[in-house]
Parts: sequence; structure tokens; C-alpha cells
Amino acid sequence: MTVSTVIPAAPISTAAPSGKRRIGNRKNSTLATVLLLLGAVYCLFPVLWVLIASTKSSGELFSTFTLAPSTHLFDNIGDLFAYRDGLYWRWMANTALYAGVGAAVSTLVSAMSGFALAKYDFPGKKFVFNVILAGVLVPGVILAIPQYLLLAKIGLTNTYWSVLLPSMISPYGIYLSRIFAAATVPTEVLEAARIDGAGDWRTFGRVVLPMMKSGLVTVFLFQFVAIWNNFMLPYIMLGDDHLYPLTVGLSGLLNQGANQPSMYITVVTGALISIIPLVVLFLSLQRYWRVDLGAGAVKA
Amino acid sequence: MRRGESRAAHSSRKVSAVTALPTETRTPRTATRRGRRAGAPYSFLAPALILFVAFFAAPIGYAAYLSLRRVKVSGLGLGAGARTEVWAGMSNYARSLTDPDFLPSVYRIGAYGLIVVPTMLGLALLMALLLDAGRTRVGTFSRTAIFLPYAVPAVVGSLLWGFLYLPRVSPFTDVVQLFGVEPPDVLTGSWVLWAVANIAVWGGTGFNMIVIYTALRAIPTDLFEAARLDGATDKQIAWRIKIPIVLPSLIMTFVFSLIATLQVFAEPMTLKPLSNTISSTWTPLMKVYRDAFVRNDIYSAAATSVVIAVATFAVSFGFLKLVGNRAFNQED
Repeated sequence: MTVSTVIPAAPISTAAPSGKRRIGNRKNSTLATVLLLLGAVYCLFPVLWVLIASTKSSGELFSTFTLAPSTHLFDNIGDLFAYRDGLYWRWMANTALYAGVGAAVSTLVSAMSGFALAKYDFPGKKFVFNVILAGVLVPGVILAIPQYLLLAKIGLTNTYWSVLLPSMISPYGIYLSRIFAAATVPTEVLEAARIDGAGDWRTFGRVVLPMMKSGLVTVFLFQFVAIWNNFMLPYIMLGDDHLYPLTVGLSGLLNQGANQPSMYITVVTGALISIIPLVVLFLSLQRYWRVDLGAGAVKA
Repeated sequence: MRRGESRAAHSSRKVSAVTALPTETRTPRTATRRGRRAGAPYSFLAPALILFVAFFAAPIGYAAYLSLRRVKVSGLGLGAGARTEVWAGMSNYARSLTDPDFLPSVYRIGAYGLIVVPTMLGLALLMALLLDAGRTRVGTFSRTAIFLPYAVPAVVGSLLWGFLYLPRVSPFTDVVQLFGVEPPDVLTGSWVLWAVANIAVWGGTGFNMIVIYTALRAIPTDLFEAARLDGATDKQIAWRIKIPIVLPSLIMTFVFSLIATLQVFAEPMTLKPLSNTISSTWTPLMKVYRDAFVRNDIYSAAATSVVIAVATFAVSFGFLKLVGNRAFNQED
């Protein structure tokens, strides 16, 4: 069960292996560089476009050359924030609420159950684990409509809860946490805590959680991005546009553009601003994104 | 930059070697604790189990129940007692599976999957191998750039590409017209499938690349140093040593990509206002949505939901069985 979650970025000057690995035919290096740059250009192009497009005026969007910037960025941002008394801000705040609270609760729930599944032996353990694995293979999005039908029955649809509650459970998060708990929490430490008279919950809070910390950051990020990017669940659950997250709000704005082409530039500006928080989060936490998915399956 | 990375990866190899102890060796000791605190694991599991039952098991159960029900209208259908729910047997399933819109949406998703999954994973593997071979100075930049679309929600990604597909906006229009050729409108006809597939490839390649790259970095260098000294080329090392070792990662990325393919919804829903070709039943999930919310036929929607959930599970679980891997590291 090999897990290499976090690779600490250590500034090191001597590294023999990398020197050795670089020796060889130099021909490859040009081809590799070109291919990697092509990949980077392909991935960055839409982002570059949205940066440029949001500086154009509504008329220029469809008339001037695609990559020719203009000077209307701040007008566009002003228009976006003025749209229905700052509804866009509200979407931003809703998205942060759904993703932040949902991912935090989900991470805690995952850590607790992952720890229990990794470090305890109890009747029904295998059954619980298999059921959770089945949950990994049937992701929540497919269940969004059944979830809607059920929540409608108890009158919870079109509330913050209807998006938050289903986001709090992540079978994949539980599966990952179980791997992290098994790999990072030595049984000897648990024994020591027990001998010192600490109860299970105290041990979990004081000893286990700190040990699992870096793994849990990964679980949190996974769930945070999943909720932030989710479209179908809030799209189905919510009717009131004051409860919308960005994805549903922007999709609605795009629909309006069909009748009101001047909305298009607002949509484009909204798209640009909506990706800034997550891009910043990604670039600053990149080192936590090194999860070995296959780790689970290689075990001898 | 390159050197620091390599060293860092090296230290992670040590970490994983330490953590790779099989947990079974610890089981006897865990067992001794069992008597004292038998309730503890259940209390740790309680929140997850309650949420799982409420938002996974119960919805599936309720959908399965609804899929077997129908509304019976008596008389003119007026008044409180005129509409009652009765058992419907398998009629909802028969109706949803024979719906003229259902099979085309399934074929479409099949073709979409055949385009997206191999392209995305092929590119992800290629990029990961190029990064790992370390023969370039643009590694960090490219890795970050290719990973970036994962931070962009599918809705926003579809929105950006959707505009870029519009002939009036697309830069390709200008370029191609220089040569006197009229470019096709990719939002019409059979092009749409490729247009949607491109968005999925754009959004998913980076994440899969990072997963594969992480696995590649965990391969001990000495495994291929010897091969290199014997004169093996990078290509041979990649095919004969690296790819077989990271095969489990490839299998997992394949399964997750397959699941993601079956549930495609956000991309076509976002492109819909820009394209007349995308119908309201373009994918199976879109059809469920239409049945439930446009036609108010929740019984048929429930039946189709159950079919999709079972099919997703069967496909991914079946594949895991087929490749002979014990699914997800089950210990006991």
C-alpha cells in the first residue's frame, strides 16, 4: 500500500540521479520540449482568450480579431457587478459557502470513517467498506435526480441544505482517508495514547488528525474542487437564483444571451472572474496534488 | 529546478518505502483492543453511514420504488382522489428503454467515450512520460499549464470553448479564410460530438497526467538505470519498464474517466444555447432531466436513473474484474 501524497519541495543542490538522467541523446529534448509546449498552449489558449475577450466591448466581441485586446475591462467588470444589484457577488459567496463548508465537513467525516476502517477491527467492517467502494463507482451526480425526488418529498429542495447535505458525503474521500490512516498512523502510537489513558475521541483529535493532516488536505482539495465545479446538483436542486453557485448562475446568463446579445460580454467577464479563486488556490497548493491513485490497486 | 524535484521525488520514495508496511502485521494487536472499546469504530463511522444512507442508499431505493409506480387517473382526472399512485410493474422500464430518444443518447455517449477516454489518457500518459524523462527545461511550466484546466469548472470551460467555436469569434476562421477555405461550423451536425469531446479532453488531461506522473516519480531509479547502461532508449524504457509499472494507475484513471463519461451533463447543457444540434436528450442524464422536470414524468425519469446507476456500476466494476485487479485494495 504505497502512498506518496506529498512531496516536500526541498531546495537541494546535489542530485546525482537527475544529472545522470539528463545525459543521453539530445535529439529527444527538442521533441519533448515542443510537445510539452504544444500541450501547454492548448490548455492555456481558452484562458488567454477569456482574458483578452473580457477587455472588449459588446460589439467588439464579435467583430475584432479574436486575440486583439481592447480597453473595456473595467466597464465590463462594473456592468457585471451592477447586474441585478450584485447578484454575481452573491453567486461567488454561495459557491465559497457550498465548497468551503461542504468540503470541510466531508473531510472530517471521511477522516473519522477512514480511521475507523483502517485501524479498528469490528463486525461488519468488510461490508461497510464494500458498500463505500460501490459508492465510489456510482458517483453522486448520477444520483442527483433521485436525491431531488427524495428531498422534494421532505420539502428541502431550493434551500442551501439541498446542495450542502449531499456534498458532505464522499465515498472517494473515505477511501482515500482509509489509505492515509493506514499509512501514516502507526498502531504503536495509538497503543501509547491508550496506555496514557486517552479515550478514542481524544486520541483521534490530538494524535490521529495531526498525523493525517497532509493527506486530509488532499481529501479537502478534491472535494472542494468537486463541489466548486459541480453543476448538475445545484442546477436540479435550486430554483431561486439567489441561492445559485457560479456555475448555475453563469449557465443561466449564457441562456439569456440568446435573446439579449449584449449579455454575452457580461458572461465572458463573469467566466474570467469565476476561475481566478480556484486558479490561485491551485497554484499555491500544487504540491498537495500528487496522489497516487493506483496505489490502492497494486498491493501484493 | 529539475534537480530539486528529483531529490524531492527521491525522498518521497523513501517515505513510501516506510509506509508500505502491510497493515496485516498489525492486526493481532488491534484485535486485543476490540473488547474494550467495541463501540468506538461505530461512533467514528456513524456520520458517514447516516449521510451515505440518506444521500446514496435512500435515493437509489426511492428511485427504484418510484420506477415501479405510476399515476392512475380515474374519471376526468379532476378532484383530489382522481389521481392515485399504483404499482406499474416494469412498464416504466419498458417505456424508458424503448423511448426513441433513449438509444440514440446511449450510442452518442458510447461514441463520445470512445473519443474522449483514449485521447485523454493517451495524451496524459505521453505528457507524464515526457515530464518524467526530464529532457526539457519547460517541465514545470508545462505541468502547471496542462493541469490548470482542472481548476476550471466544466460549465466555464464549455462556455469558453463555446465562444471559441462560434465562427464569428473563432481565430481559426480568420486563419483558414486566409487560405480561402470556409471552416466548418463545429456547433452543427456531427461536429458537435467532437466539439464536446474536445472540452472534456481539455478539462481532464491535466488531472490524469498528474496522477500518472506521480506514479512514475515513485518508480525507483535503479529499475531503469541498469537498462539505460545497457543502451536502452527512452522509448524502450517507457514501454518495457515504466508503463507496466504504472499500469495500476492507468487502470484507475481509466475507470474514473469511464464513470465521468457516462455522466456527462454540464458540457452539453452549457453548449445547448449556442448549438441547435444539441437536443434536450443528447445524453442519457439530459434525458432523465427532461423527463423529470420538463415532462414531469418522474416515474420514467426514476426508471432511467436506476438503469444509468446500475450500468455505471456494472461497467466500472466489470472492468476492474476483467483486468484481474483486486478492486481498490481490499485487504480482507
